[in-house]
Amino acid sequence: MAVSADVVGRTYPSIAPYQVGREKIREFAAAVKATDLTHYDVAAAQTAGYADLVAPPTFAIVVSQKADAALVNDPEAGIDFSRVVHADQRFTHHRPIVAGDELTAAVTVDAVRPLGGGAMVTSRVEVTTVAGEKVATTVSSLLVRGEEQ
Amino acid sequence: MEFESVEKGQSVGERTVRVSRADLVAYAGASGDRNPIHWNEEFARSVGLPNVIAHGMFTMGAAVGLVTEWAGDAGAVVDYQTRFTKPVVVPNAFDTTVTPSTALTVSGVVGAVDAEARTARVDLTVTAPDLSEPDADPATAKPLKVLVKAQAVVRFPG
Repeated sequence: MAVSADVVGRTYPSIAPYQVGREKIREFAAAVKATDLTHYDVAAAQTAGYADLVAPPTFAIVVSQKADAALVNDPEAGIDFSRVVHADQRFTHHRPIVAGDELTAAVTVDAVRPLGGGAMVTSRVEVTTVAGEKVATTVSSLLVRGEEQ
Repeated sequence: MEFESVEKGQSVGERTVRVSRADLVAYAGASGDRNPIHWNEEFARSVGLPNVIAHGMFTMGAAVGLVTEWAGDAGAVVDYQTRFTKPVVVPNAFDTTVTPSTALTVSGVVGAVDAEARTARVDLTVTAPDLSEPDADPATAKPLKVLVKAQAVVRFPG
């Protein structure tokens, strides 16, 4: 099934509030082999001027991939996830994410471009606090490979 | 790092990040991306991949540590982007425990400085050995650029 261009411009519903926990920041930081103490030690983070543990620069992917699920799982979009390749990714941080943040996020489809037998799907996720403060904007392109390739 | 001493063309250093299958399982758990192409060889081959491959986001996440350490502030990266061009193949390696079977080589250079915004753009080069052939030797395999146009913008206080 081909990816549908009808979803371009569509914004999907926001995810349920995501509570940024200290242990998740520690686990994520260790998983990407980050060494900065401000990911692990609350006192070090506060000494550096942060309210709590600081998330690594790509941590927002945890939240934005939850938002992306609404698009990927939309039968109308026609994205076969087993044929998806992550083509590019961008993070723009309006401020660092810290433990204690309560975030929400929603995905908007910016473009669907035919490519070979498949399609390149570019989507944008706005990550905000539940109070509406802008935190991060993530943009990703997924290459959905065609059946014949 | 003080903003006043940052210059275009300056190196931010180089590092090697060794990668094992266990690292990919840890990243899958931490990120929530449990796609089996990142931990199950049979599944990866069934969808046409040469072997288990690292999450693109694992590589992107591991590479930026060089930048945050150089900046001296883990929250200083205001923008970070890349294209994923080649997969990082992570073969099975087991010697009583799961051991690293490949490595990322990460280096960075200051590509632009904006004095007004007090930002510096670091351009990263990230390579991994081409282990797509079953008998490839990580020590001699050709290094492939796995990230392209990997750029991190750091904002300095002041």
